[in-house]
Formats: sequence, structure tokens, C-alpha cells
Amino acid sequence: MSTAVHADVNRRDFLFIATGAAAAVGAALTAWPFINQMNPDASVLAMASIEVDLAPLAEGQEITIKWRGNPVIVRHRTLKEIEAAKAVPMAELKDPVARSEVANDGDPATDENRTVKGHEQFLIMMGVCTHLGCVPQGDNPAKEFAVVEGSTKTGGWFCPCHGSHYDTAGRIRKGPAPENLLVPEYKYLSDTKIQIGA
Amino acid sequence: MSGPSNYQPKSALGRWVHERLPIVAFAQDHLMSFPTPKNLNYWYAFGGILAVMLVVQLITGIVLAMHYTAHVDMAFSSVEHIMRDVNYGWLLRYMHANGASMFFIAVYIHMFKGMYYGSYKAPREILWMIGVLIYLIMMATAFMGYVLPWGQMSFWGAKVITNLFSAIPFFGEAITTWLWGGFSVDNPTINRFYALHYLLPFVLAGLVGLHIWALHVPGNGNPTGINVKSSQDTVPFHPYYTMKDAFAIVVFMLLFAAFLFFAPNYLGHAVNYLPANPLVTPAHIVPEWYYLPFYAILRAIPDKLGGVVAMFGSILILFVLPWLDTSRVRSGTYRPIFKQFFWIFVLVCIGLGYLGSKPAEGLYVVFSRILTAYYFLHFIVILPLIGLLETPKPLPSSISDDVLAKKKPMVPAE
Repeated sequence: MSTAVHADVNRRDFLFIATGAAAAVGAALTAWPFINQMNPDASVLAMASIEVDLAPLAEGQEITIKWRGNPVIVRHRTLKEIEAAKAVPMAELKDPVARSEVANDGDPATDENRTVKGHEQFLIMMGVCTHLGCVPQGDNPAKEFAVVEGSTKTGGWFCPCHGSHYDTAGRIRKGPAPENLLVPEYKYLSDTKIQIGA
Repeated sequence: MSGPSNYQPKSALGRWVHERLPIVAFAQDHLMSFPTPKNLNYWYAFGGILAVMLVVQLITGIVLAMHYTAHVDMAFSSVEHIMRDVNYGWLLRYMHANGASMFFIAVYIHMFKGMYYGSYKAPREILWMIGVLIYLIMMATAFMGYVLPWGQMSFWGAKVITNLFSAIPFFGEAITTWLWGGFSVDNPTINRFYALHYLLPFVLAGLVGLHIWALHVPGNGNPTGINVKSSQDTVPFHPYYTMKDAFAIVVFMLLFAAFLFFAPNYLGHAVNYLPANPLVTPAHIVPEWYYLPFYAILRAIPDKLGGVVAMFGSILILFVLPWLDTSRVRSGTYRPIFKQFFWIFVLVCIGLGYLGSKPAEGLYVVFSRILTAYYFLHFIVILPLIGLLETPKPLPSSISDDVLAKKKPMVPAE
């Protein structure tokens, strides 16, 4: 009797597990379209690139343009700002990685790696605070703020939402944001024209 | 508390229905004759007030949906269309917007009442946990509703809150992109928020059903925290508590009406009457008042992931509250030490709310950190310790004795 029960249990177990497995795979396959429909659709992905003319941008001027729904900061930096950015020792940086798609993955966050060689006066980066996504404010003479507490340095960007400070290369120096402002993928079509995105 | 029904159908039709679907018996047992402790005070009326507010939000929401357009180019003007063109549209929208605030006022009082009287203690742990789930879904629903008018605060609130998920290690960015349906808060986002904002209140209604079911298994708690011992301790829910709740609801509606008719925008933000602009963040962004304590906790931690974990943790910790409070005495009335810490905790929550409305700088940050630390200490250290160290006051022998002891002795005439 015990062998009969044993054989019976084995066969039923197999059928039970096989049915359950088929149902689970079926449920997962059915669930996927319902989950994936929320991801960016073809029309959103199609708005991939935008061209920007840098010629009208005088030294010290800054514009914000919209790319894929997000602001991109384009700043014609002054010599003073570039020098200030270059003078920062790497050890002082909160995020030592460049976060730059015009440099290689994992490159150090030097000013050079966050701009394109020969066009260092133009800093192009996402105006999306890496904390919770607000637009950092910059270039506002009424709002001079110390990038590092206690210093007299001014310039850079400040996020009004939760108080993150970015320096003149857009690197996080103080506040809750974990990363430097992202430099998106872009290339120079001519000396004064760039294309953001691919 | 849910024994055999006393309902006897009086007519042939009544009997015919009862044999097929005993719905009248169910209603009579749970809404009319349900034995309820006779010593419930007005703090216990907020359950009924919340039920009314849920219905107000459902009805006003459904009619607003008939006039609203969920599209980035039209949402803002469709809300203005409701305010200016639709017959009584201004009233319906102000009812819905202020109703949300009233809903939260009531839910906070309801929750603090539960904390004071130990309503979460055995055998009511699941009842309490369903309540916390209701609160969480209320917050999600209110958040998505606030996004729909597509003003500046709608947009940036949505962006900041959805970005909270980007703090999740490894999958954070993929999850936020999935939530947005794009690379930023945009048209796909408002569309799905609208669908979910319409869905979730019905989920809430279902959870409220479970909440009442879980309440009716052991029956209501009461201010003494001791169990019902005999029928001497209870009165039927109707007419005693239907009337008491109705009076409380009327008083609460006066408060609602005061906001609705005299200060309909007091609890909102003027900057939300500017259409959403994805390129400019308002100088001072703050969430609606009911999120402020949690917003203060988020900003108190100088680390992105840490802040998000603390913020969600401050709500999720409520799920384990029944096991953190070690005292066997339910009601705070008989717990002299707990009572003091309870009121400190209430003040800390209000303090966090105030700090959440202030910019994250200077002393505000320092105080936010102190109060955030205290918030968690209250649950993790203070509550377990008081339960072990405190000597509670003697409990009355029954609810009935307690009620009679409080009654002033009758002075005979002459």
C-alpha cells in the first residue's frame, strides 16, 4: 500500500508543479505588456536630438533650453569661472566622477572632462538637480552664494528646493545631491553650433 | 460581537429576501444594533467623519472628472474652465480641494486618538495596519490629485516626489523613467496619474470595508481600554452613536464650510495658479500641509537615499507600532508617563510640519534633525521602555463602573 501511495503522490506532484509552473510563466508573460506600456513610448523616444546656436551667447550669459522634456543649461563661462573650476583640488569634490557623456565612463570630475576640448568656455549640462530634479539657479547677480561654506567664492548654481550647491563646472559641492550635474551627449557641428543628443 | 443575528423579517417579502440574501440582517447587525461601548467620547467620532469625507471626495471627484481634461496643454485651462464656466464648478472644485485637507485633518486626529488610547493593541493589530495602509493610499491619491491642475506647484511637486524613487540603488533611474513614461514629468505622466487618481479612492472604499470588518470582530475599543464585560457596558450603535456621530459630523462640516466659503485658497499655494513650466522651478517649493512633517524628515537627512529611507520609514514604522508598545494597559488615561510623552510626540509632529514649510537652511535644518531623531526615538526607544518601566494607574473594574463613578452623585431635592 505504501508504494502505491508513493507512486500516486509522485505523479500528482509532477502534474501539480507542471500546471503551477505553466500558470506562473503565463501570468508573467501576460503581466509584461501591462507593465511595459508605462515605459517611454515611440513618440517620446523619437524626440532625441536638438541643435543649439552658441554664437549669440556672450561671455557670462546663460540660456536654458528644453530637451526631451528637461532643461539643459548652456553657459558661456567667464575666464574667472573657468579658472575657479580648474583650481578646485579633486580631493575636495563630493562626487569625484565626471558624470559626463562627452568624456569616458568613470573619468575624474576635472573641468576638462566636463567640457569639450577647445570649447572650454561653454559648459553644457542638464539643469536637473541630481537630488530630486529641480532646476538649479545660476547667474543671478542678486543671489551670490558661497559654493563652499565659509569661502568667498561666488558663482555656480544653487538648487532652491533643498539647497544643493554646484560649482562653476556644475559639480556638487554642498547639500543633499549625490552627483554632479549630468553633462549630456552632445557634439560640435561647427565652432558655434552644437547638437545635443544623438 | 458578531453572534447570531436578532433580525426577524416582518413581512413575507422580507422573509423571501432574507432567505436568499440576508443583507437587511447584515445591515441591522452592523449598522443598527451593533453593541458599542457606552463611554465613547467625541474623539471616536472621527471614523464616521472620515467615512463622510470619503463620500464627499468621491462624489465631487466624479463630477469634476466630467469637466476636466488630462493633457499637458489643456489641463490647466480645463481647471480654469471649471472655475469660471461650469455651473457651480467653483463650488465643486473648492469642495474637492478643501475636502482633501479636511480628510487629512480628520485622519490625523483619528490616528492620534488611536495612539493615545492604544487602539492598535491586541486583538486590533490588523485593524490598525489596514488603517496605516488606508493612510498611505490616501497620501498617494492626494498627491496625484494635486498634480492634475498642472500648475507650477503641481508640476514641481510631481517631479520632486517621483524623483524620490531615483534614490533606489541600481534600478532608481529605470523606475522613475517608468513612472514618468518619458525622461521627465510630461503628458504620459499626467494621463496615468489621472487614471490612478480615479481608481484609488475605490480601493480606499474597499479597504474601509475591511477596516470596519476588522473593527467589528473584537468590537470598538473605548477610552478606558478595558474590554466589554457585559451588556451593561454597551448601547446599540443606533440611535446612540448614529446621533452622536451625526452631531460631530455637523460640527466638522462647519469647519469645512468655513474654509470652503471664506478661505478656499488658504491651504493652497498661490504659485499653483501659474501654468506648469518645466524650465523654471518656483523659488520656494513646499508640498501640501499634510505632507510637511515627512518633507521635513526628508530634508533633515543630508544624504539622498538616507532622506528617502527616513521619510518612508517614518510612515512604515506605524505598521509595527502594535509590537513596539510593550505596555499591557491600552488606554493612555491610565498611563501617567506615557501620557506626557504622547503629547510631546504630538508637538514634535506639529513642529516637524512647521519646519517642513520653512526653507532648508540654518537653524531650521538643525531643529529638523533634532525633531526627526526624536520622532524615531519615540517609537524605537521611548515607547518600549515606558511600557516596561511605568506603573499604570488602577483600571476600573468595568466600563459601566467607570461611567457611574464619573457621574456626579445626585443631590436629592429638598
